[in-house]
Amino acid sequence: MKSLGSIRRDFAPWNDPNAKPYIQFDNVTKKFGDFTAVNNLSLTIFEREFFALLGASGCGKSTLLRMLAGFEEPTAGRILLDGQDLRGIPPYRRPVNMMFQSYALFPHMTVENNIAFGLKQEGMAKADIDKRVADMLKLVKLEQFAKRKPHQLSGGQRQRVALARSVAKRPKVLLLDEPLGALDKKLREETQFELMDLQQNLGLTFVVVTHDQEEAMTMADRIAIIDKGEVMQVATPAEVYEAPGSRFVAGFVGNVNMFDGKIAAGEAGSASIDAGNGITIRTENAGRAAAGTSVTFAIRPEKIKVSSTKPAGAVNAIEGEVYDIAYLGDMTIYHVRLDDGQVVRASTMNAARITEDPLTWNDRAWVSFRPDAGVVLTR
Amino acid sequence: MNATWSRFNIVSIVLGFAFLYLPIVLLVVFSFNESKLVTVWGGFSTKWYVSLFHNQGLMDATWVTARVGVISATVATVLGTLAALTLTRYTRFRGRLLFSGMVFAPLVMPEVITGLSLLLLFVAVGFDRGFLTVTLAHTTLTMCFVAVVVQSRLITFDRSLEEAAMDLGAPPVRTFFQITLPVIMPAIVSGWMLAFTLSLDDLVIASFTSGPGATTLPMKIYSQVRLGVTPEINAACTILIAIVAVGVIIASLANKRREVQRQRDEQAAQRG
Repeated sequence: MKSLGSIRRDFAPWNDPNAKPYIQFDNVTKKFGDFTAVNNLSLTIFEREFFALLGASGCGKSTLLRMLAGFEEPTAGRILLDGQDLRGIPPYRRPVNMMFQSYALFPHMTVENNIAFGLKQEGMAKADIDKRVADMLKLVKLEQFAKRKPHQLSGGQRQRVALARSVAKRPKVLLLDEPLGALDKKLREETQFELMDLQQNLGLTFVVVTHDQEEAMTMADRIAIIDKGEVMQVATPAEVYEAPGSRFVAGFVGNVNMFDGKIAAGEAGSASIDAGNGITIRTENAGRAAAGTSVTFAIRPEKIKVSSTKPAGAVNAIEGEVYDIAYLGDMTIYHVRLDDGQVVRASTMNAARITEDPLTWNDRAWVSFRPDAGVVLTR
Repeated sequence: MNATWSRFNIVSIVLGFAFLYLPIVLLVVFSFNESKLVTVWGGFSTKWYVSLFHNQGLMDATWVTARVGVISATVATVLGTLAALTLTRYTRFRGRLLFSGMVFAPLVMPEVITGLSLLLLFVAVGFDRGFLTVTLAHTTLTMCFVAVVVQSRLITFDRSLEEAAMDLGAPPVRTFFQITLPVIMPAIVSGWMLAFTLSLDDLVIASFTSGPGATTLPMKIYSQVRLGVTPEINAACTILIAIVAVGVIIASLANKRREVQRQRDEQAAQRG
């Protein structure tokens, strides 16, 4: 069985026409004065999904989260949670909890009182609160820090307290605003997997806002790419990466080489693209683009092979000169300047310790790729 | 920078501190003077302290001052905190500029004018001048100082704390009392102490707005000095200085300790 990307997905309610949406943004617009933060946006999120809103800062993704939490009301449109319209419901009556980017731990309370705060608001019995707090502390492995104040904790510990506090009430939906933004790289990678485990174990719906594509790709079931208050694409990480819907998405997520050109001839999905300067690209992914259409051919660096001689039988092979090399240990990145001046980025996994065909700066080289390696974008 | 003490540096620092503190030292020294003449040293004695506590007029004035101070500082703290909250939280409402101008005007208003205008008001309204009017006057004077102190704290207050509380199910009023108030409490306490101190040493406004039976300590001291400075006054002032000094020293020691503790905690947190 063939699949896009490297993961087979068993959990995919978005492909099931009968699945009931859990959170729905229905033509939501939010304006702050003259500034439109969110523009007529619709989104559907399913129960138990780990959903990421990915975008550059100021794209409106945080506003979406704050509208879901109830800190902002949409200017137009509606937001449904489990079929219920959230308009007019204040944040303290919504069955969602949020983990703040700054963590927003109460500085005058101990760790256990921070975690117990939400439970006390519910009027839960003291014994139950104590038990739940103990469970939460165990969950985030902070048992011995129960009596500490937030300023007595390290950044990673504070992040875990914030997490414990926001899941203590067992909300229907947990909102996470840049949950790992303040952690250093190593801690961030560990915490990503902890968050995923937590979401699996508790069976909650997670909506996470992030500007870090790697974070979104690692954790999320589906990613919504947001730009200027609009959804550019909603898809699984593999689809976003391997089948981007537009030039913006292709360029935003990961690295990409783009060739602008016109469909020269083709039939049933496979076509050749005239990219100018004598470069012709043969692809099997042209979709229904008719001959003569202006398109962009996008291909990821790791799908391009670099060699000193023209590979025998290669469908697509273009000659150029090695312009720059970056050796990163696990992989090597080549920048090859084609004869028309365009620079192509190609990356090679260093799967073997010894290379048969070493290249150096200013060597003549061929870049080659398979006809199914790239995608054809019309938007 | 050159860390050595040049002769010029030493001379300037000695002169500077002498200018600031010599009068106070003299006052303290002469409060222990045996002689009745303030300027002539007649030997060591504590008799003026004893007679001070038998001076009913001074004792009454002290009691009035303390009550005026506590009540006016408390009312001013409540009102000043509310004003500060309004000014930081509601950045756009009709007449905000006017409101903020009026809140802070007493800061720059000459005290004589504040006192005189309050006097005219009390006379016009028909209030009998006394304890109530001094307290009201001090409240109006000190409220703006509290507002300034609390507002500067509120500006750096992280609003997401309140959002987090509401997100966890606390309605706005409960959020205010359980989160906002405890966090800004240190600023409110220092606002209260500032208001109390201002009320304690105010002479001008008290003279305008006070009436018979509500003479404050500064008024009493001033009127006695006009009849000639007695060593008793020196003793009273020495006690005041001692109280203030002890208060300041305790406050700064507590502050210092908290700071050291916080740093130690943070270092400990970073380590483990």
